[in-house]
Amino acid sequence: MKIPVRFIASRSAFYLFTAWAAITINFFLPRMMAGDPVTAYMQRNAGQISPEAERSLRILFGLDQNTSVWEQYTGYWQLLFSGDLGRSFSNGLAPVGDIISSALPWTLGLVGIATIVSFVLGTATGALIGWRRGSKADVIVPISTFFSTVPYFWLGLIAIAVFSSTLGWFPASHAYDKGSSPVFTADFIGQVIAHGALPAITIVIASLGGWILGMRNMMLTVLDEDYITVAQAKGLPNRRVLWHYAARNAMLPQLSSFALSIGFIVGGTIVMEMVFSYPGIGKLLLDATNAKDYPLMQGVFLIITLAVLCANVLADVAYAILDPRTRQTEA
Amino acid sequence: MPDPLLTVHDFSIVYDVDPPVKAVKNVTLELQRGEILGLAGESGCGKTTLAYGLQRLLRAPAVIASGSVTFHDASGVDIDVNALNVEEMRRFRWDKISMVFQGAMNALNPVTTIGAQLDDVFRVHRPDLSRRERRAACEELLELVAVGRERIRSFPHELSGGMRQRVMIAMALALRPQLMVMVMDEPTTALDVLVQREILSQISMLRHEFGFSVIFITHDLPLLLEISDRIAVMRGGEIIELAPAREIWEHPQHEYTKTLLASFPRLTGERGVLVR
Amino acid sequence: MTTLEFVNVSKRYRVRGASTMLALDDVSFTLHDRETIALVGQSGSGKSTIAKILTQLETPTSGEVLLNGKPIPRHGRGLRSYRQTLRMIFQDPFASLNPYHSIRYHIERPLRLDNVVPQNETETEVRRLLERVRLDADAVIDRRPHELSGGQRQRVAIARALASRPSLLIADEPVSMLDVSIRLGVLHLLADLQREEGLGVLYITHDLATARHFSDQIMVLHQGRVVEHGPADDVILNPQHEYTRELRSASPDPEKHFATASTRPQGGVA
Repeated sequence: MKIPVRFIASRSAFYLFTAWAAITINFFLPRMMAGDPVTAYMQRNAGQISPEAERSLRILFGLDQNTSVWEQYTGYWQLLFSGDLGRSFSNGLAPVGDIISSALPWTLGLVGIATIVSFVLGTATGALIGWRRGSKADVIVPISTFFSTVPYFWLGLIAIAVFSSTLGWFPASHAYDKGSSPVFTADFIGQVIAHGALPAITIVIASLGGWILGMRNMMLTVLDEDYITVAQAKGLPNRRVLWHYAARNAMLPQLSSFALSIGFIVGGTIVMEMVFSYPGIGKLLLDATNAKDYPLMQGVFLIITLAVLCANVLADVAYAILDPRTRQTEA
Repeated sequence: MPDPLLTVHDFSIVYDVDPPVKAVKNVTLELQRGEILGLAGESGCGKTTLAYGLQRLLRAPAVIASGSVTFHDASGVDIDVNALNVEEMRRFRWDKISMVFQGAMNALNPVTTIGAQLDDVFRVHRPDLSRRERRAACEELLELVAVGRERIRSFPHELSGGMRQRVMIAMALALRPQLMVMVMDEPTTALDVLVQREILSQISMLRHEFGFSVIFITHDLPLLLEISDRIAVMRGGEIIELAPAREIWEHPQHEYTKTLLASFPRLTGERGVLVR
Repeated sequence: MTTLEFVNVSKRYRVRGASTMLALDDVSFTLHDRETIALVGQSGSGKSTIAKILTQLETPTSGEVLLNGKPIPRHGRGLRSYRQTLRMIFQDPFASLNPYHSIRYHIERPLRLDNVVPQNETETEVRRLLERVRLDADAVIDRRPHELSGGQRQRVAIARALASRPSLLIADEPVSMLDVSIRLGVLHLLADLQREEGLGVLYITHDLATARHFSDQIMVLHQGRVVEHGPADDVILNPQHEYTRELRSASPDPEKHFATASTRPQGGVA
């Protein structure tokens, strides 16, 4: 599979630019905020802040009156490259980087797996329903669409009420049992799965409808193409026509919607982690907002932005591999 | 001496909607071995539906309502196409009758290489061939239609319209079928007479080499007159006239055939078909 | 007296970064009213680029397009009057009419925009135009495009083009999407209108046969260049350029075919 260098170069340049823009906006945002909770915090805690923590906070928030914006900007990049995202006000001045890196795996694991499962399951179901248009399988479409139109927090709360409070099948909140600490034992992994199951299933149910509907509609379009008729006239087994010819083409727009939906997934994550008190990035952002913990918020925004960018890169790569035409035309 | 390859008897196709629409009405025809039969008619006359129906490629709501299609195989066995089960039908397709579409851009899957699409045919119809043998067969086919073996890894969009068309022909030839159905019926893609002519001479050459029969489906009656042995004119799902090309040209019987003939101004003939 | 001139028009497209493609290479011709020129070319010859330049979807890279000796204005009243003088008929009668509007609306619009007739005569004029393209005005005026056949729709498109009383008509493959048995009818109609209204027509087509019978002159376009330009019969019956000869021999010609092949070899393809 040949992918022209120019294509890769132009895409990389695009993403590098986007990353630079996002980080730069992240640099300027706190400087534009009205009021100054940071200075207030510094005054309240005067003397308790170590000199280098103070310096990094000043750079991150542009409070250093003696330096130019340009110097602050380069200082900010230096801090970023050394992995220093500042100190969190609400967590006893613990480094923001550490706090984020303890929350991130939970979100990535749970939401990442649930999203991929939903995408794969929804796309495959949509392909099958589209292939057998007019069959009884069509009822799946309105049902799954219904679940994706229900507000997610409501779906989550109902799930907790039914499966956790009433039936007691799953724990209602948190990522593992209270009192355990993250270690690699069978028991702990079992806990993680038990705690993650309900949030994951609700995410899948809530997002499945979109993938099914999108894929089904694309299938109906693709099935009218001549190459499907040719594939059938060639005497290929239906299974091969379905997956190698029809679904293979119909899923391309799905990948674009996948890249587009990543931003919405972040929003959904916040609601999910709130409903299930799940200790991930979303809950972290929520707590940071409540505590007016600006360094932490800034760090979380940065990580979310980078994560969305990475996911877009992956969707782009997948698209380039699956559709040879993009490699040529966009280069 | 008649040596039939395909016998179609009282063949009807209905669009099973309310009320049902008869797309093909009681078609009876006999195609001879090695013959080129032209199927002429305007859009909606049922000619393409008939072609699909012969291979049972119809999609709902179109269904075969009556009649029989018998394929007289070179081995001497008569195959009743309508009686084949799903698996037998699948094996029959392409092995005995293959198809070439004019809209070759859409006839090739845009996201896989032409090599893979040629390979598909051997993979499902000739499972005994090894990967290397299949590859050799694909390369040989591409050489045969003058596309060149080095194009095996090309994607459809990397080839010119004429090349894609030839790839389609290579694919149609893969299993050395006894009948090739050419659907050349898209007004917007029919705009290049040079490509069209090149394809036709290629088919003609290959036909002399491999001896297959051809059914040509198009609205372009002048073209059919030049290339066909016999021509069937279809209207409203019926074959209203079936005769040797010269007969159609010199002594058309049906009013509609005359109308069709009069619809094409003569390229080099007397000026004045268009009253000016 | 109206003249449209292409003076040394070239159009270069950028393809993928560095490389460029010359879609039109130094094309010059003049179209007067009361004459028909056929522009013959295969796909990729540049004939659609010429149509795009005339509809101002593209601008030439070099050279000039002149109407009555003056460059075409890019905006304002001048542009409006250019668009009133030169009208287009497109290939696809299914796409060129708006499915949400009645036939009356389609023809009224240019009448009102260009103030062709006084307000109170609009209805009469719409009916006159429909009759002019040999449609039954009562039967079609309140219909929507999808209720008409392809041929009827193309006639509506022609009536709409005529509404602003243009002196030039660009017909871009006007019949190639229509059923074969009605193509000649539409071409006859265009020929009659051309003669009766004194129109200048640029007939863009891939079909040599209709080009010959329908036009005074034929221009053959190949890879962006005009390779041959002359009276219709000369170009077809006595082609000078190699490419025109190729085109001619590739076009079906049953007359010649049956005249020469008295005993036809079985299934031979010329």
